Amino acid sequence: MQIARDILLHSYRSMRTIREFEERLHTEFATGEIPGFVHLYCGEEASAVGVCAHLGESDTIASTHRGHGHCIAKGVDVEGMMAEIYGRSTGVCRGKGGSMHIADLARGMLGANGIVGGGPPLICGAALSHKLLKTDGVAVAFYGDGASNEGTTLESLNLASVWKLPAVFVCEDNGYGEATGASYACAGTQKDRAAGFGMPYFECDGSDFFAVYETAGEAIAHARSGKGPVMLHVHLARWYGHFEGDAMSYRASDEVAQARKDHDCLSAFRTRTTGAGLLEGASLDDIDSAVRTRIEAAVQAAKAAPLPEQEDLMRDVYVSY
Amino acid sequence: MSKKSFRQAINEALRQEMRRDPRVILMGEDVAGGQGGSSGVTDAWGGVLGVTKGLYTEFGPERVLDTPITEASYIGAAAGAAATGLRPVAELMFVDFVGCCLDQIMNQAAKFRYMFGGKARTPLVIRAMYGAGFNAAAQHSQALYPIFTHIPGLKVVVPSSPYEAKGLLIEAIRDDDPVIFLENKVMYDDEEEVPDEAYTIPFGEANLTREGNDVTLVAFGRMVGFANEAADRLAKDGISCTVIDPRTTSPLDSATILDCVADTGRLVIVDESSPRCNMATDVAALVAEEAFDALKAPIRRVTPPHTPVPFATVLEKLYLPDVGRIEAAVRSVMGYKARQEA
Ligand SMILES: Cc1ncc(C[n+]2csc(CCOP(=O)(O)OP(=O)(O)O)c2C)c(N)n1
Ligand SMILES: [Mg+2]
Repeated sequence: MQIARDILLHSYRSMRTIREFEERLHTEFATGEIPGFVHLYCGEEASAVGVCAHLGESDTIASTHRGHGHCIAKGVDVEGMMAEIYGRSTGVCRGKGGSMHIADLARGMLGANGIVGGGPPLICGAALSHKLLKTDGVAVAFYGDGASNEGTTLESLNLASVWKLPAVFVCEDNGYGEATGASYACAGTQKDRAAGFGMPYFECDGSDFFAVYETAGEAIAHARSGKGPVMLHVHLARWYGHFEGDAMSYRASDEVAQARKDHDCLSAFRTRTTGAGLLEGASLDDIDSAVRTRIEAAVQAAKAAPLPEQEDLMRDVYVSY
Repeated sequence: MSKKSFRQAINEALRQEMRRDPRVILMGEDVAGGQGGSSGVTDAWGGVLGVTKGLYTEFGPERVLDTPITEASYIGAAAGAAATGLRPVAELMFVDFVGCCLDQIMNQAAKFRYMFGGKARTPLVIRAMYGAGFNAAAQHSQALYPIFTHIPGLKVVVPSSPYEAKGLLIEAIRDDDPVIFLENKVMYDDEEEVPDEAYTIPFGEANLTREGNDVTLVAFGRMVGFANEAADRLAKDGISCTVIDPRTTSPLDSATILDCVADTGRLVIVDESSPRCNMATDVAALVAEEAFDALKAPIRRVTPPHTPVPFATVLEKLYLPDVGRIEAAVRSVMGYKARQEA
């Protein structure tokens, strides 16, 4: 498959931005300056980016508690995200949501989610909007292996099939839900679950951008063409704890190191694109340094940004009341 | 007797009851942790905040069951198991997740006994953490005890200290009705003297943490500590308060509340839950109806505003009742002057 140069560069930039954003949060969290729960998406970047590469602004996604990557891949403002995580009034949610609730409906981002399994039903609704309003859009639910067991997820697979919705169910399988392995928690297979609900099943290695890009392209095209929902099962590894502060005693000591070594979507991307002469190392280096500068600036801006004000407490409970 | 944290007190209550009665089992997400993990370490978490740590190691996988992330099915399973011979303690982690399984609690467990003409017993305990103050934002910070209190058939416990938590949890496990046991997540490291042996604290019997003549403060859960602090400050100015910790919102010890209001003639209620149809409105209605003649001033309620819980620290501080607001409410009822008859 031939992927246009601008798509490649854009995708690399998105993946690098996510990586840099998350690695930086990891360091900043340790200083105690970041409030609340933070779940990092490091190691999983190619999944969000490879899927969202096929989406336009009018397509919809719903994310999870581990949502920063999906937000960035869907084009949510990075500076606004950082400010949100710091609880500042300049945040995309004005400091009222935090890491777990970053959302930007104008960009088709229906929200990260504090409730596991919260997204798939919403995506059925978003897909219904696309269908009835004839937007030609699709709606994509990202959800984890853990979330794949929630009743809401399984009911949504059924509903989407029954209503023949333009919905894509992206199961991001990083092998763990908190401290519990998917091998313990998930009965049967995702593939059989898709079959059980009568929808096509696709799977790919989530550390390989090209694999995700191609597979997601096919899956999303199917949903967009009006043939009904699909499931895309992406195999991943998470590089940090469930949330910041998790000592991960449930994982073998070399598991993360191994994943970083053998399943790094960014280095794999670089090797492949430069090796095949698709991109030059220097262009990627430029992106790396530009991203580093951007994230540094985002952190400084967030720290310097004003806090929410007293009136914000009562604002926006309702549209009108 | 030794100093124990709120977390340790709960752990000890569970451990002692599990030793006493083999029908007591635990279930929940990562109540042990590590199942299916690559290190082979079991009991890796002992609950997200470590409250059930060590119980898997002592009681094994048959009695400490890690569940998939499927609240509707495991909370329902706990209800079904309770109705058929086991005594499950199911952990819902954050009480906010009740959104995923309310049917099994509200329409199933709570109603078995009544619907079945008195034939069922459902000795189920559902533990969950509640409360703001952790920057955990709108979906992980709610104080939902009024929702459960509203449902006939459920008993609802809101412990205010480590000592209270241990005795009330043991009582909950031995009780034959479904009990919702709510732990304020900000309190897990609070410490006090807690007896080493098992003991129970009966439901529906309020605890007077201090007695005074001027104002009755009724407070729930974490707010009891705040109310006592406010009372300490007020005492310096010669204002003496009674502080009532009802311990359980259902059953509610109305008699103690009414007695105290009869003595002081003034009532301030401190409730961390959203202000509409919460415990403050419930207690206010009780007193307005039953003790109207005793009142020397309007009842005051100290609660958060009618908003979701905000994320940013500055907003969350404004959201939560605090000692200063309680103190101000007490001063305002003390300063109240009845309008003269025209
Ligand atoms: C309804 C609900 N149950 C439990 C939780 C607590 N929780 C947060 S994330 C998580 C694990 C989710 O695992 P998975 O879906 O695999 O996503 P991952 O964290 O691996 O990205 C759990 C149990 C929650 N937030 N919501
Ligand atoms: Mg997972």
